[in-house]
Amino acid sequence: MSPTREGAPASWEVFVRARRGLAHQHVGSVRATGPDAALAAARDLYTRRGDPLSVWVVRSDAVHTASPDERDPYFAGARHKPYRYPEHFAPLTEEGPEGEHHQ
Amino acid sequence: MTAPTTTSAADEGDLLAHFDALIAAGETIEPRDWMPDGYRRMLVRQIAQHAHSEIIGMQPEGAWLTRAPSLHRKSVLIAKVQDEAGHGLYLYSAAETLGVDRADLLDALHRGQQRASATFNHPALTWADTGAIAWLTDGAAVINQAPLCRTSYGPYARAMRRVCQEEAFHVRQGYDLMRALCEGTPEQKAMAQDAVDRWWLPAVALMFGPPDTEAGGADVRTAALGAQVSRRAMAWGVKRHTNDELRQRFVDSCVPQAERLGLVLPDPAIRWNEERGHYDFTPVDWDTYRRALGEDTHWARQRIAHRRAAHEDGAWVREAASAYAATASAYAAATHAASAYAPAEDAPRGDDA
Amino acid sequence: MSITSDAPAARPHPLPGGPPAADPDLARHLLRLGDDALVLGQRLCQWITRAPTIDEDLALSNIALDLIGHARALLTRAGRLDGTGRTEDDLAYGRTDREFTNVLLTELPNGDFAVTVARQLVYSHYAVLYYGSLAHCPDPDLAGFGARAAKEVAYHRLHADRWTVTLGRGTEESARRMRDGLERVWPYTAELFEEDEGLRRLAASGRVPSPAPLRETWLGRVTEVVTRAGLTVPGPAWSATGGRAGLHTEEFGPLIAELQSVRRQFPGGTW
Repeated sequence: MSPTREGAPASWEVFVRARRGLAHQHVGSVRATGPDAALAAARDLYTRRGDPLSVWVVRSDAVHTASPDERDPYFAGARHKPYRYPEHFAPLTEEGPEGEHHQ
Repeated sequence: MTAPTTTSAADEGDLLAHFDALIAAGETIEPRDWMPDGYRRMLVRQIAQHAHSEIIGMQPEGAWLTRAPSLHRKSVLIAKVQDEAGHGLYLYSAAETLGVDRADLLDALHRGQQRASATFNHPALTWADTGAIAWLTDGAAVINQAPLCRTSYGPYARAMRRVCQEEAFHVRQGYDLMRALCEGTPEQKAMAQDAVDRWWLPAVALMFGPPDTEAGGADVRTAALGAQVSRRAMAWGVKRHTNDELRQRFVDSCVPQAERLGLVLPDPAIRWNEERGHYDFTPVDWDTYRRALGEDTHWARQRIAHRRAAHEDGAWVREAASAYAATASAYAAATHAASAYAPAEDAPRGDDA
Repeated sequence: MSITSDAPAARPHPLPGGPPAADPDLARHLLRLGDDALVLGQRLCQWITRAPTIDEDLALSNIALDLIGHARALLTRAGRLDGTGRTEDDLAYGRTDREFTNVLLTELPNGDFAVTVARQLVYSHYAVLYYGSLAHCPDPDLAGFGARAAKEVAYHRLHADRWTVTLGRGTEESARRMRDGLERVWPYTAELFEEDEGLRRLAASGRVPSPAPLRETWLGRVTEVVTRAGLTVPGPAWSATGGRAGLHTEEFGPLIAELQSVRRQFPGGTW
C-alpha cells in the first residue's frame, strides 16, 4: 500500500466472515496505530449490519503479492490446460452434456 | 503501492491497449493494473471529493442529534450520521489503493485544495431539514451513485456497492420522517414544506453537477465542454450517464413522492410531459446552478472550520496513539522474538486464508 | 407515541411489561438507570463530527446508539410500572430538569477527549457489572435486558480501557490530560453505587440487585486498567451526590433544554 508517513497510522487490510459457512472475505482497509485499534476500527466500520462472526486485520505491508511484471510467469500456467476441467472429457451419460441426467 | 517502473513508449502503447481492452470488455481495473495517469487522477479526484462530501455531509444532520424529537428518531439519526462517517472511510480506503494517503486527502480538504459537494454549504435550520436532506439529497445521491456500483475501477465499485446498500435506508427514513411531519399538526407540515423549499434546488442542481447537455440547459459551448468531461469519464467507464440524464431520473422519482406527501416542490415548471414520458422541470442552466451554489461565505467556511477544529483539537490524541503504538510495538517485537515459533492460538488456519 | 411508530423488530431491547401496575420502587429504579443511559448518550451525541478521528466519530456514535437503546427500554418499562402509562418519549421529553434522576457523572460536560474517556471508563466498568447482575434477576424481561445490555457495555469497556492505556502511555501531554480526566470524574463515581430505601427493599426481596456490593470489584477492575496506563487512581476526595433526587449541576439545564427543544416547540406534534 502507500508508504506510511512518519508516525502516521499504518494501513490494515480487513477481512470479515459475514456468516457461517463463508470464508473471511476482504472488505477494505482501515488506518490504525496498532492491532487492537485496527480491530476496533474494523469492527465499527465494517460490521455495523448483519450478524458477522469474525473479523481479521492484517497489516497491509505484511501482504506479499506477485508484482504485475511477474504476473505472466505466475499465472500463465493456469491457462491453456483444458484437461483440468470436466467438460474436456466424454460425458458419463449417453445423453451428453445437455442430457437430463446431467446435474 | 509499488513505484511505477519506467516504461518505453512502445511498452506504454501495449499497456494502454490492454487497459482499453479491459474497459471495452466491461472488466474492472484493479489496483495493480497499469492505468493511464489521467484515469488515476480522475479517480483520485472523484473518490476524494465523494469521501469529503460524506464527511462534511455529517455536519448539517449531526447538528440535530441532540435535538431529535423522539428517541426513535434520535437512534435513526445517529445510525445515519454514523453511516456517513463509514461511507467516507470506505471511500478513503478505496482512494488509498491508488497510491494516495488519506491523511493527505484530509489535509487537502482542510486547506481548501479539495472540496466537498457544495450541497452541504447550506444550513440545516429546522428538524425538518434532516428529513429533507435525507429524502432529497440522499435520494439524489442514490440515483447518482447506483451506476457507480458498476464503475470501472474495482475498489471504487466495491465501496459504492456497500454505500448504495446503506443509502437506501437513508432515503426511506427521510421520506418516513417527512411523512410523519406532513401527517402531524399544521405547524409541523409548514416546517416540512419550508425545508423542501430550501433543499430542492441544492439537491436537483448540486447533487448531479453542472448541466452537461443542451437539453439539460447548458448553452452550446458549455454543453460541449461538459460533454467532453462526461464523455471522457464515460469512455473510461468511471461514469455511466450524463449529469442531466441522472437529474431527469431524480425529478421523475421525486414528483410522485412529493404528491403523496402533499408537499409542493418549489418549481412551477414541473409537469408531466406525455410525449417525453418524463416530468418537465426548470432546466438547471448555469445561472440556476450558480444560484444553488449560494454565496461562498458563511456556511462553506463554517463547514471546513468545523472539520478543521475537530482535527486540530484531536491532534494530541492522534499523537498519543502513534507514540503509544511505537512503544507497544517495540514491546511486542521483543516478546514476539521470544516466541517466534509458537503460533498464536487464534491465528488463521491455512484452509481459510 | 414512538411505541406505535416503531416497528417491533427495530426496537433494540424489547422489554414488554404487563398491563400498567404501580410498582413504585422498581419504576423509580429503572427510571434512574434509564436517565443515566439517556443523559450519557446525549453527551456522546455532542462529540459526533468533533471526535479526534473519523473512526472515533464512528466508535462514539456506536456507543451512543447502544446507550439510547438502553434508555428506551428502561424508560418504557418505568413508565408502565409507575402507573402513569407514560411512554419513553413522555419521560424523556415531558419532564422538567428536577424530575430527571441520573447520576451527576453522566451530565458533566464532555471536556476534552480524556475526560470523556475517563467517564466512559468508570461508567462502563460499572455498567458491565451492574447489567451483568441484572441478568440474574427473577423478572425474565429485566434479566433478558440485563444480559443483552451487559454484552454491549462490555464493548464500551474495551473501548475505554484501550483509550485509557493509550493516552496514559502515549505522550506527556496525553498522560497529563488522562490524569486530569480521571481526577475530574472520580468524585462523581460514588453516586453510581448509592442505594436508598426503595432499592434496599428491592434487593432484600431478591427482585433486583443493589449496585452497592459491586463497588469493590469495580474499583479493582478500574484500578487494574489505570495502573496499566501508568497512572494512579485518584485518592479519596469529596463525593458528589444529588442526581438521584433531581438536584443537578447548572450545566444540566441547557442539556435538557436542547434535548427537548423541538418537541416543546411543536406541542401536540407526532414524530
